[in-house]
Amino acid sequence: MAEKKLMKGNEALAEGAVRAGCRFFAGYPITPQNEIPEYMSWRQPQVGGAFVQAESEVSAINMVYGAAATGTRCMTSSSSPGMSLKQEGISYCAGADLPIFIGNIMRGGPGLGNIAGSQGDYWQATRGGGHGDYRTFVMAPASVTEMGNFPHKCYEVAFKYRIPSMILADGIIGQMMEPVEFTTPEIDPAALPVPEWAIGVNKNRAKRVVKSYDLREGCLEVLVNERAKRYRQIEASEVLYEEKMLDDAEIAIVAYGISARVSVAAMKLAREKGLKAGLFRPITLWPFPKARLAELSNRIKKFLVVEVSLGQLVEDVQLSSCGRADVHLYARPGGAIMTADEVCRAVENIVKKGAKEYATAK
Amino acid sequence: MYQGIRISGFGGQGVISAGVLLAQAGMMEGKEVSFFPAYGAEMRGGTANCSIVVASDEVSTPIVSSPDTAIVFNEPSLAKFEPAVKPGGLLIINSSLINSRAGRADIKTLYVPCNAIAAELGNAKVMNMVALGAFAAATGAMSVDAIARALPKVYKKLKPEVLELNVKALKRGAEFKLN
Amino acid sequence: MQLQNKRPESLLDVKMHYCPGCGHGTVHRLIAEAMDELGIRTRTIGVGPVGCTVFADAYFNCDMIQGAHGRGPAEATGIKRVKPETIVFSYQGDGDLASIGMAEIVHTAIRSENITVIFVNNAIYGMTGGQMAPTTLIGQRATTCPDGRTAKQAGYPIKMCELLATIDGATYLERTTVHNVPGVVKTKTAIRKAFQNQIDGKGFSMVEILSMCPTNWGTRLDNPSEAVKFVAEGMLPVFPLGVYKDAGAAKGGL
Repeated sequence: MAEKKLMKGNEALAEGAVRAGCRFFAGYPITPQNEIPEYMSWRQPQVGGAFVQAESEVSAINMVYGAAATGTRCMTSSSSPGMSLKQEGISYCAGADLPIFIGNIMRGGPGLGNIAGSQGDYWQATRGGGHGDYRTFVMAPASVTEMGNFPHKCYEVAFKYRIPSMILADGIIGQMMEPVEFTTPEIDPAALPVPEWAIGVNKNRAKRVVKSYDLREGCLEVLVNERAKRYRQIEASEVLYEEKMLDDAEIAIVAYGISARVSVAAMKLAREKGLKAGLFRPITLWPFPKARLAELSNRIKKFLVVEVSLGQLVEDVQLSSCGRADVHLYARPGGAIMTADEVCRAVENIVKKGAKEYATAK
Repeated sequence: MYQGIRISGFGGQGVISAGVLLAQAGMMEGKEVSFFPAYGAEMRGGTANCSIVVASDEVSTPIVSSPDTAIVFNEPSLAKFEPAVKPGGLLIINSSLINSRAGRADIKTLYVPCNAIAAELGNAKVMNMVALGAFAAATGAMSVDAIARALPKVYKKLKPEVLELNVKALKRGAEFKLN
Repeated sequence: MQLQNKRPESLLDVKMHYCPGCGHGTVHRLIAEAMDELGIRTRTIGVGPVGCTVFADAYFNCDMIQGAHGRGPAEATGIKRVKPETIVFSYQGDGDLASIGMAEIVHTAIRSENITVIFVNNAIYGMTGGQMAPTTLIGQRATTCPDGRTAKQAGYPIKMCELLATIDGATYLERTTVHNVPGVVKTKTAIRKAFQNQIDGKGFSMVEILSMCPTNWGTRLDNPSEAVKFVAEGMLPVFPLGVYKDAGAAKGGL
């Protein structure tokens, strides 16, 4: 067992990326993710990698686009307003089939919003965010240890299927400290095979081109459809989720990230009160664990979606349960965070009093 | 065992470092721990606060909304966190800077002149250690020794004499007893 | 009989899509000749822009990447930082480099990234259909200033060499032209130098090349001399040729 180290979520994410072979980082300062570029600024030179503080998030994602085209494992990170700026570059990476890794440490929005942790970028992350038909592999850690270990999976999926990957965490998961145990193997990028599409020194081979366009009639459709096949493969084989106490559950709380942490506490409180509550935590937000939720909705007839956003995750739960269960929502947008007591009361109201719907608190 | 702690004060009073230290000490004792700094709107006006959980089981939420123990270093922190303390919980008040008395009868209160003791020891910076010493002794959630052992892990460049001074401050704080 | 000027190995034998009288083809050939002469073809990566040269990846016989409008210098930065053994050039037009990509070009120069930038300035947006560019001359007609650019409505043409010359990180900046033979010869020399600087690790080099766009200038396609005249009489007084910075000798290798 590896030695545990007390780390901030953001630091664990940066170290986890390095351990997963990241050798290029470009970013721009924005709260609450600043520990990531700060960490990378000294850590990358240590492992022979490169770090650039870019002039903007737009530039940072395009530096990553360039570095990724060489087959290098690279990363950029930001928080919500900065992620909006990166969408152009993410779309280009998706269109050029480049594996990249992005960290989004979400804060309250829209606009400049505030700097408190939030989950308001769920739609942006899971629906694409940038222009065009594409998907991003999105993982949602709920602990500092997961922040440290999930980059490994992100790179694995990104390189296997040649798509952008993302860690979608809130400011609380980014800022909190917990003991971290790095359990994923340390990757030596020099030992990895150079991808057959990577640009670089082109001695003894044909020239290679990395691009996202094809103006010839009908060709882009073929290309996008070919990519969609990979999306279907990812949906079939890369779904991750966690379940707690669902075997006898009368109500399932559905939450990810910090909301899931609060919901675990709420679930325990509810159980103490004799309420049969369980938890379903999507770990991959795309692909969303819709098949498992559909299965659960045959048995569990009440879902309570808990999110620190206005009601984004709830739509995926509704789509998955497809009318077979009542889907309730407890939402705190704008950088607010619910307490376990609040969530427990909501559970109680739904189970005992038959409350039909729960909307935004207050 | 579960101990949810909230520490609050002015920026520069060592609120954050005290919190990190408690989490490190708890971890070294084999406990499950979490630390979360309030870095949001609550930082306005120069106040800082943080949540620490030390528990025998997995920590669910890292945000301590009803602390078992609140340690307050200044007046605004007392006003903010006294009402939040769990019934039967503990409130540690830095009586060097806080003239008010706690109003609640359903919690235990410990008045510790943290700044005065730190001044006596010759370094104002160790006032947060005085409070942690008092916390350790009053709650038994962890020992003064455990916190002392965590010090060089959190502050890797601490000079031996400064380390010694911090331990002294911890021990002075531990002399304060609940009535 | 012997062929004196054969096609450079760095330029593929494919039909280019450029309009008659356009300067891009000439500039492509000069870049390719420089790559051949310096023996860097197999380690060169070209960064293509958005605009008329979006298809450049089909013409150069080296690895190419085509990215977002204006972000070429950022993409080149990413490539060069992880593969310093490669020779990276960014090819950009005026809308790309001096408008939407102004932040990227300026900061790439500030960082003195060891790359080569080929900046083709023809004072107009080409592929989108002749809109006003940041380098469009006062009084010049474009589809978004049909009565001619006015300073009051759209400000003044930007002079990139002069602007970048104020930046410590910029190593070599020269403005040339391809509207006449002496200009073409000088352009070739400048491009070679901009690549040589990179080989020597001297930092950021840019060659700004004044070029023709008969199609969007509305000059007569059957009389290329009209477009040549526009460069000579319209552009040259606003964009004087010459070396704006040459700090290479002082900077030495990195």
